[in-house]
Amino acid sequence: MAGKIATRTAYGETLVELGAQYPELVVLDADLSGSTMSKFFAEAYPDRFFDCGIAEADMTGIAAGMAAEGLKPFTNSFAMFAAGRAYEQIRNSIAYPQLNVKVVGSHGGVSVGEDGATHQCIEDFALMRAIPGMLVCCPCDGNEMRHTVKALIDYEGPAYLRLQRLATEVFTDELPDYHFALGKGCTLRPGSDVTVIATGLMVSKALQAAELLAAEGISVRVINIHTIKPLDEELVLRAAQETGCIVTSEEHSVIGGLGSAVSELLSEKCPVPVLRHGVNDEFGRSGTAAAVLDYFGLNAEGIAAKVREALKLKK
Amino acid sequence: MEKLSGKDLRLTAAKVRLLAVDAVYTAASGHPGGSLSCADILTALYFNEMNVDPAQPKWSGRDRFVLSKGHCSPALYAVLALRGFFPAEELKLFRSIKAHFSGHPDMKNVAGVDMSTGSLGQGLSTAVGMAMAAKLRGQSHRCYALCGDGELAEGQIWEAAMAAAKWHLDNLCVFVDVNGLQIDGRTADVMPTEPLDRKFEAFNWNVLKIDGHDFDQILSALQAARECQGKPTVILAATVKGKGVSFMENQAGWHGKAPNAEQYAIARAELEAAIKELEEN
Repeated sequence: MAGKIATRTAYGETLVELGAQYPELVVLDADLSGSTMSKFFAEAYPDRFFDCGIAEADMTGIAAGMAAEGLKPFTNSFAMFAAGRAYEQIRNSIAYPQLNVKVVGSHGGVSVGEDGATHQCIEDFALMRAIPGMLVCCPCDGNEMRHTVKALIDYEGPAYLRLQRLATEVFTDELPDYHFALGKGCTLRPGSDVTVIATGLMVSKALQAAELLAAEGISVRVINIHTIKPLDEELVLRAAQETGCIVTSEEHSVIGGLGSAVSELLSEKCPVPVLRHGVNDEFGRSGTAAAVLDYFGLNAEGIAAKVREALKLKK
Repeated sequence: MEKLSGKDLRLTAAKVRLLAVDAVYTAASGHPGGSLSCADILTALYFNEMNVDPAQPKWSGRDRFVLSKGHCSPALYAVLALRGFFPAEELKLFRSIKAHFSGHPDMKNVAGVDMSTGSLGQGLSTAVGMAMAAKLRGQSHRCYALCGDGELAEGQIWEAAMAAAKWHLDNLCVFVDVNGLQIDGRTADVMPTEPLDRKFEAFNWNVLKIDGHDFDQILSALQAARECQGKPTVILAATVKGKGVSFMENQAGWHGKAPNAEQYAIARAELEAAIKELEEN
C-alpha cells in the first residue's frame, strides 16, 4: 500500500503542481484554506489566491466573473457551504451561463466527524446533480484525486468536486486494472452475483465487503464511480444485465445522489433490484469519524448486509 | 463611434425608453418601471463612457457592464440594439419562445451582454470578479455594474462591497438606481436600505450622489470615478421609477407589469412626443 493521505491533501498538492503550467488557474477560498488545503496553492502562488472571507455566495459570484474573463477558478469551502450555502449562485451565476468554474467542497459526508450535523453535508451530490450541465465528481483516494484534478483543469465547464477530510489508504495505484477517465467508471473487482457501485470513501469499503461476501460464496462485482454526473451508463447497464441486482453505496443521503442516479437509469433501461446504501433520511451527528461512519452503517458490514438483502430480491 | 453628449444623449435615452416599453408591450410581460428609471444611466454608459465595439462584442479590451438588477433587461437590450449590437427589430421577440431574448440578460445568447443576471444580489459579485481578473492581468479596461436600491437588501451585495474594497478595485464603478420603489411598495417600507451613502462609505468605497436623470451629473460622476484611485466607486443615482411615462412614474405597480393596449397608446404618444421635441429643438 502506498500509505494514507486525505483526498483534500492530494487535491491541494495537485493544484500547486498545475500552477506553473496553467497561468489562468486561480484559487479562491472562504476562510478555510488551512482545511480545504488550498493553502498549498496560496503559499506557492500568492498572486493567484484570493481569500474571500466567510462569504461563500460572494466567492462563487467572483469566480463566475473571473471565469467570464477566461480564468480557470477553483472555489473552496466545506461541501456544506460550497454546495449548500452557495447553491443558487452556482446555479444562476455559474451553471446557467456555462462558466468554467470548479466548485470544490471539502469535508463532504459524515466523516467530518466531531463538528456534527451542521457541517456534515450529505446532500451535495443531490444539489449539484440537479443543476443542468453540472459535472459531479467524488474521487475515492489520493491517487484518483490527482487524476481528477488534472482532468478537471482541462474540462471546460462547471463542475463540482467533493473532497474528504479523512486520511485514507491509497489503493487505486496498485490495482492492475485501474484506469482513469472523467465520466467513466471503473470495475475494480469482477463478480457475477451482484454489483456494488460505490463512490468516494465507500469504494474501499465496498472492496472489503466483497471480500467478506466471497467467504460466503457470493461473487460481488465492485464498480468505482468517481464521476457521478454524467453517469457511466454503459458500465452500470452492463452490470445490471450481467449480475441482475445492484447495491449502491455512498457517504451521502440515499435521496438524490449516486443511488438515485443509478436507480433513475435502471428503472428506465434495465429494471433490476437496486438497493441504496447511504445515510437514510436523517441528519448526521457528532462523534469521531469512525464512530459516526459506524453509527450510520457506512462500513463493509453495512454494505454486505445490503448485498444479502439485494440477493433475496433477485429473480 | 463618436461619444454622444448633451441633447444627443437625451434623445438616445428617449429612444431607449420607447424601445423598452415597446418590448414589454409586445411581450405582454416584463419590467417597465425600473427600465425607465435606469435608461439615462445606461445610455450615458454605452454612448459616452464605455469603450465597446459592437462588431466584436467579446473584444478583450472592452469595458464590461453587469446589469445586477437583471429584470431591467428591456433597457439594456434597447441600449445594445441602438448601439448596434443587434437590430432593434429583433426586440419584437423579447421574452418569446421563438428567440433568445430571455426575460433576464443572457450572456450566452445576446451579443453585448457581459454577464447573465436576474437573481438579485448576484451581479455585483461577478463584476467584482471581472475587475479582479483585469487587475490580475494588468488590463486597463473598466468594469461597471448597475444595482437597484431594493436589491441592496440582498446580503451578498455587502459581501461583494467588502471584497471590492479589500482588493482596491478602482477599476470598478457601480451605479445604484435609487428609485425608492420595489415590487411590494416603497423600499423605505419593505426593507429600508438607506442611508446608502454612509453604508458604502463605511465599506470603504468612494461615494458619489447624483440626479440619475441629469446627464451632466452622470458624466461628471463617471469622470470622478475614473480619477479615484485605490477604491471602488459607487454612484448613488436618485431616479424616478417609470420616468418618461406619466402614469408609470413613481408607481410601484409598474415594477413588473406590461401596459394594455390603451395604456400603451398613451405611453407611446408621450415617449414619441419627447423624441420629437428633442429632434426639433
